[in-house]
Amino acid sequence: MTDLISTVVAKYNYWIYITLMMIGLYAMIAKNNLVKKIVGMNIFQTAIILFYVSIGVKKGGTIPILEHAHGHEHHVVHAVDYINPLPHVLMLTAIVVGVATLGVALALAIRIYNNYNTLEEDEILTQVREK
Amino acid sequence: MRIIGLIIVVVTGALLIYAATDFPAWSDPASPASTYLSPYYIEKTMEETSVPNIVTAVLADYRGFDTMFETTVIFSAGVVCFFLLRIPRREEPEIRYYRHVLTGVTIQLKEGYKIPPSADFERIDAVWTPPDLIIKTGCRILIPFIQLFALYVIAHGHHSPGGGFQGGVILGASIILLAISHDLRTAVRRMSEKLIAILCAVGVSIYAGTGALCLLLKQNFLDYSALAGVLHVDPITARSHGILMVEIGVGIAVMATMIWIYNNISSAGRYRQGL
Repeated sequence: MTDLISTVVAKYNYWIYITLMMIGLYAMIAKNNLVKKIVGMNIFQTAIILFYVSIGVKKGGTIPILEHAHGHEHHVVHAVDYINPLPHVLMLTAIVVGVATLGVALALAIRIYNNYNTLEEDEILTQVREK
Repeated sequence: MRIIGLIIVVVTGALLIYAATDFPAWSDPASPASTYLSPYYIEKTMEETSVPNIVTAVLADYRGFDTMFETTVIFSAGVVCFFLLRIPRREEPEIRYYRHVLTGVTIQLKEGYKIPPSADFERIDAVWTPPDLIIKTGCRILIPFIQLFALYVIAHGHHSPGGGFQGGVILGASIILLAISHDLRTAVRRMSEKLIAILCAVGVSIYAGTGALCLLLKQNFLDYSALAGVLHVDPITARSHGILMVEIGVGIAVMATMIWIYNNISSAGRYRQGL
């Protein structure tokens, strides 16, 4: 029983991201509306970002900005005191790129709406087949 | 489709949860991600670049190539939105409306007629909702402070959380706030489409140009220590200055792209009233 509880405490963060990711995947597969699919894609992306950020966490570590930086040149820096900066770097760019790609997706949706007067996938497909 | 989707999602989720049992525990300092590369960054950043914010140093120096192409991706996204949505032909409607700002009187002009150019009249669309006074005034007070904060975030990215991406997004948001609180015409008058397009390209060029400058000074691409001779500082401080130059480029590119995407999407490429 204690084993189970310690496993849950150590791993529950991954389960949250997996749930979130699967919500996004389900929206992308099953939803009929293109904007809902885009929303699902963004939920999926958020799950990945949370996953990366949680990888960087260290128990007892602080944010990756060095204390005693200037004027204390001989101050020894211990890697255990600071959380992992690499996931933060990767996700920092991923968030902004995510917004930009969301813009492209919405622009495509607007063009599709202008052409077919609908955003429902099945209606677009019937119109495409009729042509 | 729903049932197939549900089955796929449940199976994938179960597989991922099974795989998660092999993952390192939450906040484990000895996890593989924190043992190989990241201790080097944490311990050597100060010696090699003299930037206390490790995230900034890794972003713009150690992983400079990655960030350059991320900026290019953002630039391309802005250009794609423009090409997909913008309606290039200026189809002037037969009847145009102008509003006298002081009195609120709207006049209607047929094709061929013009009003004398003055600041008293503003062009409005056929469907026009007056902006709310409280929102307008509140945003007018807020926007300068938001922009000031954005500049602080860009300039102070070496010593506190911040940098080009964050500051650029805040700057872009301030202009988008102007477009939401007034209307799109007001925002475009302040920051024309041409200016946005130029700034977008200038931001990416500043980044790539800094890299090329290092190349011209007989170092590797984006190795900022080459700038030491030009800036008259030691090579380590030169890397810190190089990071600042690059961050400014990123900030300009991100700001312009965010505004460009918003303008195009909110008005579906017509640049009329917008939202």
